[in-house]
Amino acid sequence: MSLDKEKIKHVAKLARISVDEAKVESLTKDLNSIFKFIEQLNELNTDKVEPLTSILNQSLRSRKDEISDGKIREKILKNSPKENEEFFVVPKVVE
Amino acid sequence: MSKEKFDYFIKGEKGKYEVVIGLEVHAQVLSKSKLFSGSSTKFGADPNKQVSLIDSAFPGMLPVINEECVKQAVRTGLGLNAKINNFSVFDRKNYFYADLPQGYQISQYKNPIVGEGKVLLDMPYGSKIIGIERLHLEQDAGKSIHDMDPSNTYVDLNRSGIALMEIVSKPDLRSPDEVNAYIKKLRSIMRYLGTCDGNMQEGSLRADVNVSVRKEGDKNFGTRCEIKNVNSIKFMQMAIEYEAARQVELIENGKEIVQETRLFDTKKNETRSMRSKEDAHDYRYFPDPDLLPLKLEQQLIDDLKKSLPELPDKKKERFIKEYGLNVYEANVLVSEKDISDYYEEVAKLSDKKLAATWMMGDLFAMLNDRGLDISKSPISAKHFAELVQSIKSGEISGRIAKEVFEIMVESGDNPKKIIESKGMKQQSDPKELEKIINEILSKNKDKVDQYKAGKEKLFGFFVGQVMKLSGGKANPQLTNEILKKLLKG
Repeated sequence: MSLDKEKIKHVAKLARISVDEAKVESLTKDLNSIFKFIEQLNELNTDKVEPLTSILNQSLRSRKDEISDGKIREKILKNSPKENEEFFVVPKVVE
Repeated sequence: MSKEKFDYFIKGEKGKYEVVIGLEVHAQVLSKSKLFSGSSTKFGADPNKQVSLIDSAFPGMLPVINEECVKQAVRTGLGLNAKINNFSVFDRKNYFYADLPQGYQISQYKNPIVGEGKVLLDMPYGSKIIGIERLHLEQDAGKSIHDMDPSNTYVDLNRSGIALMEIVSKPDLRSPDEVNAYIKKLRSIMRYLGTCDGNMQEGSLRADVNVSVRKEGDKNFGTRCEIKNVNSIKFMQMAIEYEAARQVELIENGKEIVQETRLFDTKKNETRSMRSKEDAHDYRYFPDPDLLPLKLEQQLIDDLKKSLPELPDKKKERFIKEYGLNVYEANVLVSEKDISDYYEEVAKLSDKKLAATWMMGDLFAMLNDRGLDISKSPISAKHFAELVQSIKSGEISGRIAKEVFEIMVESGDNPKKIIESKGMKQQSDPKELEKIINEILSKNKDKVDQYKAGKEKLFGFFVGQVMKLSGGKANPQLTNEILKKLLKG
């Protein structure tokens, strides 16, 4: 797998990271060498191996269906970009 | 049932087009708390009052799954005759939006909790099976409010993190009517199971609609468009009609359909492209490192299966067999569990067929007028059964029964008491009736002569006079018989 400049820009956009046009070239080079390193894993035959989603051989822990949280609006809204007593306020996003 | 023929096609200049529809239904799980946090799921709370540090994605918080939400998904899967997967995995679906504080939605991608199933629809042209592709669990997003401020969007995270079941159908639907029947059936099944309240006004049930068209008889599917987040059956139907016509026009003009996400504008009654979603399908799913795979013991699945209530399809069969109802009556009476419970209580105490007719007529009309659910009916099942029996036994006529019914609604009294106290009993004594009829005949000698001379239309006049004199209480059948006999003599 190799990445071209367009792909790098696309991934950056998806991740909402702004990338200087001047840096795209070197980023492409860096990422490609990282991929090359990772691709060594392809030498291994994994035809009969299930993908590993966790290294712990356990099932998910669960909790009972009880209301035990919430009612901390003041705390939560401290991180709102603009101040408001009830809502998070963000720049207009409209379709 | 009359076998109408399926006939929903879009007519173009170059032929007929079939519409192919698949639905992704988002159903909010009925649970007290959210999928991965202990905040309440109650609808209508003050903004951001039901939000925890997990729902608002503060760093370092760990999601812990709500066991009831898992059970609800399994119950729903069983209700859809679907395969339950003992092993499923939660993945992160990555996208940015103001009402998604995590920057990803926890969902299930490769290994959903429920696999293939099926739903049965009764259409006027016969029954039809709609395939279910899968059902998976995921988090709901928060709510953006755009009309409170000209330059800002307000975000309420109360809904953020509530469990959703995404139910994906196969592209088996072929018309807006089938979509209507499918949504109603899903809703009915989930309400029986108690896994989703199906309240579309409150957004507990919404759907993304996939639409494509193809020439009649074509085996290959056309390019589809996805209409996002439609929240009423009527809007779904309108969106499908508009979108199918748009696609046919493109094809006929030799243009290409672009696979894209579209939005249904309910004010303009049209769909339009959502450009912001151009990259939307690049979700970069990967297994959520915060959550281990979900493994279900077969015992749990078996136990849940045993505890399921009788579902609408089974109940419909039973109503037809046990109560002698036709398919239409049975379908209406099993559509909601409360309705079927009421009917069964009435049917046990009265004539089964007559009870169905009166329930679907006067009772439903009254509830509808008053905007009431049957559980809030001013007439109890027991009183309603007594009314039905009074009609069946001939104690009161159907016309009088309507009056008694009105009084029952207003007073809540039992029909026996009303009939007694108002003297509404049907006049079924032949001797009494003969007396009344003779009186009328002797008062209207001219009309009797005309009748005997061949003006038979006058029969209705005599019946009317009998009804008037008896205060509407004369037994109509007996009146007819006696009148005929006396007019001959």
